[in-house]
Amino acid sequence: MTLAARIELRLGTLDLQIELTVEPGEIVALLGPNGAGKSTVLRCLAGLEPIDDGRILLGGTAIDDPAANVFVEPEQRPIGFVFQDYVLFAHLSVLENVAYGLRARGVAKGEARERAGQWLERMNLTEYSSERPDSLSGGQAQRVALARALATNPRLLLLDEPLAALDVGTRAIVRRDLRRHLETFEGMRLIVTHDPVDAHALADRVVVLEAGRVAQAGTLAEVTAHPRTRYVADLVGVNLVAGEVVDGVLTTASGARVVIADAADGPTLASIRPHSVLVARGEASASSARNTWAGSIVDVDRLGERVRVVIDGELPLTAEITAAALDELRLGVGDRVHASVKATDIEVAPS
Amino acid sequence: MPFPALVLAGITVAFFALPLVGLLWRAPWSNAWAYLTDDTALTALRLSLVTSLCATALSIVFGVPLAWLLARVSFPGRGAVRALCLLSMVLPPVVGGVALFFALGRRGIVGQYLDEWFGITLPFTTAGVVVAQTFVSMPFLVITVEAALRLLDPRLEEASRTLGASRWYTFRRVTLPAIRPALVAGAVLAWARALGEFGATITFAGNFPGTTQTMPLAVYLSLETNPEEAIVLALVMIAISFGVLLGLRDRWFGSVDRSAQVAA
Repeated sequence: MTLAARIELRLGTLDLQIELTVEPGEIVALLGPNGAGKSTVLRCLAGLEPIDDGRILLGGTAIDDPAANVFVEPEQRPIGFVFQDYVLFAHLSVLENVAYGLRARGVAKGEARERAGQWLERMNLTEYSSERPDSLSGGQAQRVALARALATNPRLLLLDEPLAALDVGTRAIVRRDLRRHLETFEGMRLIVTHDPVDAHALADRVVVLEAGRVAQAGTLAEVTAHPRTRYVADLVGVNLVAGEVVDGVLTTASGARVVIADAADGPTLASIRPHSVLVARGEASASSARNTWAGSIVDVDRLGERVRVVIDGELPLTAEITAAALDELRLGVGDRVHASVKATDIEVAPS
Repeated sequence: MPFPALVLAGITVAFFALPLVGLLWRAPWSNAWAYLTDDTALTALRLSLVTSLCATALSIVFGVPLAWLLARVSFPGRGAVRALCLLSMVLPPVVGGVALFFALGRRGIVGQYLDEWFGITLPFTTAGVVVAQTFVSMPFLVITVEAALRLLDPRLEEASRTLGASRWYTFRRVTLPAIRPALVAGAVLAWARALGEFGATITFAGNFPGTTQTMPLAVYLSLETNPEEAIVLALVMIAISFGVLLGLRDRWFGSVDRSAQVAA
């Protein structure tokens, strides 16, 4: 089943005009700043906001097509929705929350509770089944919301900022859990987030939304190497390096070493902003930068006065330098260079 | 607490307590039981309870959908419709009674057809009492429930829809439980107003013992003929109202705000 949507909607100050496809089994992240219209896209897909113009096709069937006067009510769409801060039903127990969708679809009480119980077991929540949702931690509430949405067996799962309600300490654990649970679900998954780290950890492909338009789409690596707008470059186009940290040094799967300044341990995601990367010709000279990697330029991408230089080597990186610096150093594709980064310019997050 | 506020608050408490003390002081305690068990008192009490509970039930059945409409559906003239439906709350009840008479009386704009086609006459009947009480008490329920609906996170209902629940199932299983404290508080307010209703009742339904003479009417009437009985009847009404307010105080009024919360 494929999702193919062309959405046009005016809502207050938002002018939304986007095209979006999600292929079978794909996890797509919808990335963008606040007010870009990310959540509104999810609401349109779920049928909570009828579109003005365009067409939403799910598995070839129109579920919203104003021109043809087609609008399928939210309860008739095979779509699951995990809301930001989860919106669990406070007056129902955890088990009843998960069983709710089945009950609403006419499944008998006993069977609904049994199937909900199986979902809680998969989510390691069995001991909480008779608790009220407000006694759960953020991570547990998220799993309940996920179980509640998945229990009705949707073809498309929508998640609105699934990690935004969590504190930094639990985010990494919940993110890893979420990734695992998302992978066991076979349908299409669309995640709204404003954090490239989440997009990197959870999604196969990103669609960057900016002021109601798709600014760019592709894998995060593609977007980082060739950002099409300033916003995409600044907020999304970040080098994300995954690895294990031991004694202040992160080692990637390919063996590259990254010295970091902040305390971290175990599986970690380091983000290196392209404008923090220094590019030098030839051998590296002595400097205060703790990290220097050799490589060669494989791509040069101009965006106004700034240039993105894609370097392949020990550690594949994208650097951002000025056009003037590029010309002065006469850098071009194929040149051998050294890239260096101060340890203090590297941000880390547990992954 | 600053001293002047303390003094003013003390005066306020006294202001509410003194009339009660006055009644208790004048109460004919030796004859109280006799007055309580006499026919007039029991009949009026029973009628008051039955009619005020009927009025409360009608207020819930018709008031909740109205509150939902006012809170959730945006339509032109909504403000005017709200004002119209809450008008009887601020109107002198006698005016309400007169208005009801011209609307539902035998010669009234609707009343003449009720009489002609269905043989239904409302004025001077027990049903008329219920209509008058509903007219003045329903706004209290509407205003309370509407406020709760406005505070309710609409995403709760949206979450229910995305889980496959129809609008009606959502209303029954999500909206109603979430606003229950406000619904109970509103129903209690409406019931208390219906129980104490005097002006609209006497204008629209008259004052016939057994059919339309409710407790407030009986109190007022016996004040002319037998002040001692009036005091006993008044104390009964106070006891009932005070007991209900005391019983519901923390359980319901205190948790109205919490009903709007979402479990995080």
